[in-house]
Amino acid sequence: MIQFTRRGALAAGALAGIAPLARPALGQGRYPSRPVTVICPWGAGGGTDATARIVANLLEKELGQPFNVVNRTGGSGVVGHSAIAQAAPDGHTIGMLTVEIAMMHWQGLTELKPTSYTPLALMNEDPPGVQVNVNSPYRDIKSLADAIKASPAGRFKASGTGQGGIWHLALAGWLLAMGLRADHVRWVPSNGAAPAMQDLAAGGVDLVTCSVPEARAIIEAGRARSLAVMAAQRNPQFPDVPTLKESLGIDYNTGAWRGMAGPANLPPEIARTLTTALQKVYDGREYKEFMASRGFGVVWADAAGFAAFMERSDASLGAAMRAAGLART
Amino acid sequence: MTAFLEAMRLVAAPDVLIAIMASAVYGLVVGSLPGLSATMATALLVPVTFYLSPIAAVATIITASAMAIFSGDIPGALMRIPGTPASAAYTDEAYAMTRKGQAELALGAGLWFSAIGGIVGTLSLVLMAPALAEMALSFSTFEYFWLAFLGLMCATLVARSSPIKAIAAMLLGLLFACIGIENPGGVPRFTLGITDLLGGIEPIPALVGVFAVSEVMRAMTTPEPPPLPRRRFGSILAGQWALTKKYQWPMWRGNIVGIIIGVLPGAGADMAAWVSYATAKRFSKEPEKFGTGHPEGLVEAGASNNASLASGWVPSLLFGIPGDTITAIAIGVLYMKGLNPGPTLFTERASSMYALYIIFVLANIIMIPLGIVMIRAASLVLRAPRSAVMPVIVLLCAVGAFATGNNLFSVLLVGLFGIVGFVMERNGYPVAALVLGIVMGTMVEQNFVTSLIKSDGDVLPFFERPVSSVLAAMTIAALLWPAAVWAIRRLRPAEAAR
Repeated sequence: MIQFTRRGALAAGALAGIAPLARPALGQGRYPSRPVTVICPWGAGGGTDATARIVANLLEKELGQPFNVVNRTGGSGVVGHSAIAQAAPDGHTIGMLTVEIAMMHWQGLTELKPTSYTPLALMNEDPPGVQVNVNSPYRDIKSLADAIKASPAGRFKASGTGQGGIWHLALAGWLLAMGLRADHVRWVPSNGAAPAMQDLAAGGVDLVTCSVPEARAIIEAGRARSLAVMAAQRNPQFPDVPTLKESLGIDYNTGAWRGMAGPANLPPEIARTLTTALQKVYDGREYKEFMASRGFGVVWADAAGFAAFMERSDASLGAAMRAAGLART
Repeated sequence: MTAFLEAMRLVAAPDVLIAIMASAVYGLVVGSLPGLSATMATALLVPVTFYLSPIAAVATIITASAMAIFSGDIPGALMRIPGTPASAAYTDEAYAMTRKGQAELALGAGLWFSAIGGIVGTLSLVLMAPALAEMALSFSTFEYFWLAFLGLMCATLVARSSPIKAIAAMLLGLLFACIGIENPGGVPRFTLGITDLLGGIEPIPALVGVFAVSEVMRAMTTPEPPPLPRRRFGSILAGQWALTKKYQWPMWRGNIVGIIIGVLPGAGADMAAWVSYATAKRFSKEPEKFGTGHPEGLVEAGASNNASLASGWVPSLLFGIPGDTITAIAIGVLYMKGLNPGPTLFTERASSMYALYIIFVLANIIMIPLGIVMIRAASLVLRAPRSAVMPVIVLLCAVGAFATGNNLFSVLLVGLFGIVGFVMERNGYPVAALVLGIVMGTMVEQNFVTSLIKSDGDVLPFFERPVSSVLAAMTIAALLWPAAVWAIRRLRPAEAAR
C-alpha cells in the first residue's frame, strides 16, 4: 500500500517543478513535448472552427500531445492571423489559415501575406456555386449568362458575403472571364452566406455566389437552384450541377480554402513532423467522414504544394480585387 | 406515433438526461455571471458536443441557452447588472422592485414567465414551423430596415429620463456601431489604424462596461446604501399566479411578439425583450408606474425573450438560416451530428425532431425548480458586503470580456465603456439606450444601404412592398406620436387660459 507522506509529496512537488525546466533539453529530439495551441482566427461554431477542431482532435491522436483550439477572433480575421504569424516558431503554436490571408493585404488591412507563414498543409477548399431563386426564369447557367451579358450594367443584383469578400471576388472573376466588367452585376453586400440565401428566397437579389455547403439547406428545401459550380470538378454531393467549363466553356475556378500553417522560420524537422501527421489525418476515414457530413470539400497539398497553391490564389484574388476596384495596394 | 415513442426513448437515454441536467446548471451559472452571455455559453459548449451523441449534443445547447437567458435576469434584479443583453431592457425595473423589497416577486416573474415563454415558443415551433418559416423567408432587407428602425425607437419609449437624452444616448451607440470594417462598404471606419478595431465594437463588452463596471465605479464613489431589511427570502412562485391572471394580455402579447421576432433571422432575444418592454409600457393602463418597480413590463419582456429563443430554431431547422447568434452556432453542431437542417429533418428524421421538441419542453420545466435554487443561492449577494461583491464583479467582467475572443483588447474596451457609462449615468443619460444603439446600429445601416443598392437608390420600395409598408406606417406613427402628444399638451393649457 502506498502511503502519502509529507516528504513524498514534497519530492513529487519538486520533481514536478523541475520537469518543465528539463523539458526543452529532453524534448529537442521529440516534438511535440508539450500541449500545442491551434489558433482559429474565426469564432466558435463556424466552418473554420469545426475544421480546426477536427484536425486538432486527430492530430492529438497522431502526435500524443493535446492540441487545443483557441478562437482568436476580432479585426475580421486579422487578429487571429497575426497571432499565428507572431507566435514563437517552436511548433507549439500553429493555426488555421483561411483564404482571407490572400485577400486582406491587397485591401491594405494588414501587412501579412501567405509568405509570412511556414505552410504545413492545405486541408479543404469549397468552390462557389451560382444559385438562383427556384422561381427564377433562368433554368441553366447558359441562359443566366446570356441574360447578364444582354442586360445593362447594374441591372442584375448578386449577394453572398460582404463587400470585397471571397464570394464577391468569385463573381467578379467570373464576369471578367466572360469578358464583362467586374461590376457588371451589382454586388449587394450581406452579413454572410446565410442571410444572402435568405434574401434570394425572399426575392431580394437575382443570384447568390456562395459555396455549395452554405446553400445546401435552402436548395434542399426547394427554394433555390444551383446552376453551376466554379470548380474544376463537379461536387459529388450535387452531381447534376455542371462546372463552368463544361457548361459555358469558361476555365475559371476559385474557392474558399483552409490550411494549416505555423509562424515563419519554423524548424524544418518540426514542420516535417506536422506535415506527415497532417497527411495521416487527411488520409484517415474520420476526417473524410466529418468533412462530408458538413458538406465541406477536401483537398490535399503538402507544405510545398500549399505554398504554391497560396501563391496562385494570392495572385488571382489580387487581380480580381484590382479589377473590381477593391485593392488599395 | 411510433416516431413519438422513439423520440421519448431517445430523450430518456441516460447520456441525454445527464447532458440536460449538467447543461442546465451550466447555463444557469454562466447566464447569471455578468459578462458571460447566453451566446458565449453556447459557444463554449461546442468543443464538448464533439464527444456527445447527436441528441445529447443538441440538448446541451437548447437547455443551456434557455437557462442562460432566464438567469441573466438574476444579477439584473439583484445588482442592476444584466447578465445577458436580453435582460438589459428591464434591468432598471427589476432592480427597482428589489429596492422596494420585492426581489422574490421580480425574480419569480423572470423565472415563471421565462418558462411560459419557452413553452409557448416551443408550441409555435411544433405547430406552425412551416407557416412561420414562410414568413421569415418573405422578409427582405426593406422589411428588416423598418424592423430595426422600430427597435431603435424603443429607446425613447423605454427611457424614464427625458426623451432627448435617450435619443442622444442611442445616437452615441449608433456612432460606436460605425466603427470597424463590418459595414456594407467594407471600408475600415474610425479604426485609427488599430487592428483590433477592424472587427468593430461587440455589444457584449459595451454592455458589460456600461452596466457592470460603471455600477462598480458608482459603488466606490457613494457611501453604502442603507441595507435592505434583513428578512427571509419569501416564496418565489407565490405571487406568480396572480400576476399571470392580472397581466394575461401582456403575457400573450409578449409571447407572440417574441415568437415573431425570434423567427426572423438576425433578430433575437435581445430585440424581443426591448420591443416587448416598450409595447408593455405603451399599451399599459398605468405607464407612469413603469421604472418604479412595476412587474407588468417584466411579465411581457420575460416571456418574450424566452419565446424568441425557441422560435429562433424554426428557420435554422428548416433552411439552415440562423434565427439568432445562438442558433448560428447550433446549426454547425446540427451538421456535425448528421442532423442536417432542411425539410427532410422533419420527415425522414421525425423521431429526432420530436426528441428536440421534448427537450425544449423538458428544459423549460426543469428551469423552475433549478431556477428557484439558483435564485435562493444568488440572493445571498444582497447580504454580502459591497466591498466583497464589487471586486468579484470586476474580475468576472474581465474574464468574460477576455473569453469572447481570447483577446485582451475586449478587456480594455470593457474598462473604457465603464467610464463612458459612469459619465452618462451621472448626467442622466440612459445607458440602456446606448447598448440598444450598438446592438441595432449594424442592422439598420446594413439593411438601409443594401436596400438602396438593390433599388438603385430609389426609396419608393421601402413603402411599396406589402409588409414593408405596414412596418413603415408603424414606424412613422411611433415617430410622430410623441410629437403629437407634446403638441396637444402645449395647446390645452393655452385653451384653458383663454
